[in-house]
Amino acid sequence: MPEATSALNGREASAGAITLRDAGLVGMITLRGNLASAKLKAAVKKAVGQAVPEVRRMAGGLEGGAGWMSPDELLLVTAHDKAAETVAALSAALKAEHHMAVNVSDARAVITLRGGHAAEVLAKLAPADLDPDLFPVGELRRTRLGQVAAAFWKSDEDTFHVICFRSVADYVFDLLEASAKAGPVGVF
Amino acid sequence: MSTRLAEGGRLIDRSQAVKFTFNGKHFKGFAGDTLASALLANDQMMVGRSFKYHRPRGVVAAGAEEPNALVNLGKGGTFEPNQRATTTEVFDGLAATSQNHWPSLEFDVGAINTYLARFLPAGFYYKMFIHPRPFWKYIYEPFIRQSAGLGKAPKDRDADTYEHFHAFVDVLVIGGGIAGLAAAREAGRAGARVMLIEQTADWGGRAVVDGVKLGGKDAGVWVKDTLQELETMPNVDLRRRTMGAGVYDHGYVLAYERLRDHVPEMDGPRHRLWRIRARRTITATGAIERPLSFAGNDVPGVLLASAVRDYLVNFGVSVGDRTVVVTNNDDAYRTALALHSHGLIVPAIVDARPQGGGELAAAAKAAGIRVANGMAVAVVKGGKRVTGVTLCLQAGEGAPLEEIACDCVAMSGGWSPVVHLWSHCGGKLSWDDDQAMFRPDAGRPPTGADGAPMVIAAGTANGHLATAGAVADGWAAGLAAAKAAGHAGKTGTAPKGEDAAAAAPLPVWLMPQGASYAKRSKAWLDFQNDVKVSDVQLAAQEGFESVEHAKRYTTLGMATDQGKLSNINGLATLSNALNVTIPQVGTTTFRPPYTPISMGAIAGVARDALFQPVRKTPIHDWHEANGADFEPVGQWRRPYAFPRKGESVHDAVMREVKNTRTNVGLLDASTLGKLVVTGPDAGRFLDMLYTNMISTLPVGKCRYGLMCNENGFLIDDGVVARIDEQTWLCHTTTGGAERIHGHMEDWLQCEWWDWKVYVANVTEQFAQIGVVGPKARDVLESLGGMDLSKEALPFMQWADGKIGEFDARVYRISFSGELSYEVAVPASQGRAFWDALLKAGEAHGIMPYGTECLHIMRAEKGFIMIGDETDGTVIPQDLNLGWAISKKKDDYLGKRAQERSHMTDPNRWKLVGLETLDGSVIPDGAYAIGDGVNANGQRNTQGRVTSTYFSPTLGKGIAMGLVLNGPDRMGEVIEFTKGKDVTVKARIVDQVFYDKAGEKQNA
Amino acid sequence: MLTLECPYCGVQADETELSPGGEAHLKRFGPGSDIDDFEGYLFMRENPKGVHFERWRHAYGCGKWFLAARDTATLEVFGTYPAQTTEPPQALREAISAKRPGWRWRDFA
Repeated sequence: MPEATSALNGREASAGAITLRDAGLVGMITLRGNLASAKLKAAVKKAVGQAVPEVRRMAGGLEGGAGWMSPDELLLVTAHDKAAETVAALSAALKAEHHMAVNVSDARAVITLRGGHAAEVLAKLAPADLDPDLFPVGELRRTRLGQVAAAFWKSDEDTFHVICFRSVADYVFDLLEASAKAGPVGVF
Repeated sequence: MSTRLAEGGRLIDRSQAVKFTFNGKHFKGFAGDTLASALLANDQMMVGRSFKYHRPRGVVAAGAEEPNALVNLGKGGTFEPNQRATTTEVFDGLAATSQNHWPSLEFDVGAINTYLARFLPAGFYYKMFIHPRPFWKYIYEPFIRQSAGLGKAPKDRDADTYEHFHAFVDVLVIGGGIAGLAAAREAGRAGARVMLIEQTADWGGRAVVDGVKLGGKDAGVWVKDTLQELETMPNVDLRRRTMGAGVYDHGYVLAYERLRDHVPEMDGPRHRLWRIRARRTITATGAIERPLSFAGNDVPGVLLASAVRDYLVNFGVSVGDRTVVVTNNDDAYRTALALHSHGLIVPAIVDARPQGGGELAAAAKAAGIRVANGMAVAVVKGGKRVTGVTLCLQAGEGAPLEEIACDCVAMSGGWSPVVHLWSHCGGKLSWDDDQAMFRPDAGRPPTGADGAPMVIAAGTANGHLATAGAVADGWAAGLAAAKAAGHAGKTGTAPKGEDAAAAAPLPVWLMPQGASYAKRSKAWLDFQNDVKVSDVQLAAQEGFESVEHAKRYTTLGMATDQGKLSNINGLATLSNALNVTIPQVGTTTFRPPYTPISMGAIAGVARDALFQPVRKTPIHDWHEANGADFEPVGQWRRPYAFPRKGESVHDAVMREVKNTRTNVGLLDASTLGKLVVTGPDAGRFLDMLYTNMISTLPVGKCRYGLMCNENGFLIDDGVVARIDEQTWLCHTTTGGAERIHGHMEDWLQCEWWDWKVYVANVTEQFAQIGVVGPKARDVLESLGGMDLSKEALPFMQWADGKIGEFDARVYRISFSGELSYEVAVPASQGRAFWDALLKAGEAHGIMPYGTECLHIMRAEKGFIMIGDETDGTVIPQDLNLGWAISKKKDDYLGKRAQERSHMTDPNRWKLVGLETLDGSVIPDGAYAIGDGVNANGQRNTQGRVTSTYFSPTLGKGIAMGLVLNGPDRMGEVIEFTKGKDVTVKARIVDQVFYDKAGEKQNA
Repeated sequence: MLTLECPYCGVQADETELSPGGEAHLKRFGPGSDIDDFEGYLFMRENPKGVHFERWRHAYGCGKWFLAARDTATLEVFGTYPAQTTEPPQALREAISAKRPGWRWRDFA
């Protein structure tokens, strides 16, 4: 196999209580279809071990996850080297249904943001309400960070996974790092 | 003189001295001082010069409304002009300088203007600098520029950092006085998410300074108790040094937090801009005292009565030893009583009201202070400092009755509620005749997304000037806001405030009421911009009757303080001059921010590398390391060329073209948009999107397609590949991926929502590399893998396979006219693949090439470029692309529009090639000169250049252009503009300059 | 700056997360259509002071287009609804009528 590198190539940073880490190569699949269909539910379960999530939720996580992206779109998360075969398996399972499964693993970057005030780091950049009472663990939000589109989900009280397009991975990492370095705000 | 008293000052810590400088002089202050209080403590009364007449200016207020005490702060990377001394907390090492004077504050040449004042009335500049017109640019403008502006713009980069924060609250309370505190506590008790912000460093507002009673307690104790309760509430966020800057639609509020202006050595951002969404906003922003308009009210030593009290109570500073209090209301008596109790002299309280004041007046008299009812200040004596006042009757025209020696005048013209934030988003005001002020009209509030009032004014800001009303109003506002935000938890009872019985104020807009012109032209309204009562009267006389016109004509309220002290007095003066009521005149528009905020706070982290996103391909790092000269294409950075050491960019481009045409070149084409379109109706859908037939494209083949909008104009182009029975991959232009993806989703979601089609943008999933040139196949074959022969993969086909060990999808498409393979590999392998190609190509003379080489090669082939040959008004037919428009289709986006008469006009300019007779390059965008002139006397045109280059392949300038009846005029020579009176002759030729038969790309 | 609730994902979206798409409920006129109909479809737009129907896309969110009814003068939002319809839902029209009796917008009331 040729050498494969993630957009951020293992970049890490820490600032105060916050650490930022390139999550590395992550398998990601855009699955579009009828989210209510039994076949699709079964195929998703088989592919990533998760049920189709509720609106704005992430089921599972980096080791196998299904995130709600829109009423007809899921983001499936799996191992990077499993993505191609998972796409093939999904396509085979859903052959009879109108659907789309495409490998987008390399189109994106995933950054793990961890630390006591991780939510504040994001709230500096996104017009989203990240109050822990209103943005619980497992919540996924598609929004913008600074000037680019991004999504993030909360995997535990102190940890968020941020997804952005590969081309702006440096920009998003720099944004998060600058916001982390500026320190806590003391809101959450 | 002004001085620090031996004791007192509730906000200062006398055990902590701080050193600072003002105009290089060393001064001492205490922790807790503002720069203004510390300057006054050091008898530095004069702090600046006014804008127009350069008159001496002293501190007049103690808060955000200060118009005079503006200073330059810091130096180098922290230099900032126009900072208010009254809101600047001193710290050890603070360095401030005064503004708007030359050569020094004490002696200023520009002060000559004050003697010329009668020649510099309102509108002077408008009248003076009108004629003659040729003088505008070279004589008047430099002169005006020289004297314009207060502080100087910073020269160095801002050394500080800034940030934003997005907050979502149920109830935002702006103002930490007693009304705001009562509101926040009640909303907090009800269970609402509350944010309470206060612009200064301490809580409690005026109530604490005035020592009023709340619930039987001193205001100071009440404030402390209330804060304690607020601090225990997890649902309440308290922020000091945070100003409510602006209220906008749907509960959006900007607040400006100054995190370390007072402790510059602290780490972290300097300012934080809060972007708040509040279900309800309570503006408990207090009130501002108005000056009185009497002659010499701008002499240093004349202050607002409340400011004199603030300096005394908060900072232990006496502005003068002998203070004459002049007022039209009861509140100023507090100042007299406070001064008296500190052992300072109040020679007289000059009360314009014939009947005088209420309980406070009685207390003053009981204390032995002389109270002169029905009297006024005729004129203030003194130049750089008050030396005395002359008294007269308020009812008369100013005949001097008596002179009193004093070094301070404390004036009070009544109070104006701070209605700015209420008004920003449409809240209306009503005029309160009894208290002579505008107050929020609760019946006409700003409304939010739910149609309900989104702002509630509370306390003094709502017109409740007395303690009892203010605190009860704050409490009620907190309760109402929490309820409106859906929180109706358990709450408490309204706090009870106590007030001395007051007599009604008397509106006094000019002192004395019959003041002569000489007096009126020395009675200041706007201290910073030098607008006097006489100027506003002149404006009215000259017809500037609308308050907005009078404002602009006189510049009243247009200084950095935005008229916080001057607006009401100014419009009352205007109403008198026009003989209409004040509400008929109305106010000027209140606009955010409430006080100026830093540019840094607005930018937040968006500076330097984060100013805007830069999109990078998987091969970007290689480009950077190998000297690429980048150009922006949308947010992408693409290599324009790869100049070598000692080589110019132009030479590099020429070399890249020659090498690609003779050997092989390598292009990073990863930025090209790639959209996957799939589903049972995908073919039908793409037939609607493209002008040509896409549904009939066989699997494995590629077709060049054009996309138009419903106006018929060309919006994008690219090669479409049929992947399988239901799936197509559509290439878009580099800048077009997101736009075209959105365009597709729009039509799928909003027009043909029953069609079964899914689209995904997979642009960044792939690194796409063009291997281009006669030796392209040799390079790829040397890596081993799939069959790339002409037979296995002919022109305009694609195939999946392996190249070396890379998973590749290979498109045989060409934008250069050469043998060309565009190879897509997973982005994670993009860099490795690029390296492998460079290595494999070494023996074949491979060189990377940039976008300029790409553009030249495509122009040599006569290929169009979206954005060059198109500009949003060009249809495919103009570009001789009729072959790419299906005649078989009933419909496609833009088809109906292209049937319009203007689109089918035979005289539309059409695309041709152009060759200069002398081999030179025609300037980009040059027009072809036609016969005669148009209605405006300008020469007629008959075409324009859309792309123009020096072609190293042909060794001469080539161009494409849109020309009237161009395709019918082959061989004809026309002239293009090349500069003033210079033209260049060019022959109309076929647009394909290179390999018209296509032998090379088909090889 | 407006906020509009995305009817698909329930997010109270900030205006900076949305992109505007102009007037809602346009009827497309294609080839063969009358020139006046086509002109109306392409160019003629309502410009009301009051009730208005617009297209918005939750561009930084779920990517879906939706429609919004709001008052252009007060910015009150009456409701948002999915774009897959040729007319405003009856319930929304009634809700608008309750707040703006006698409103009329194109052929809807």
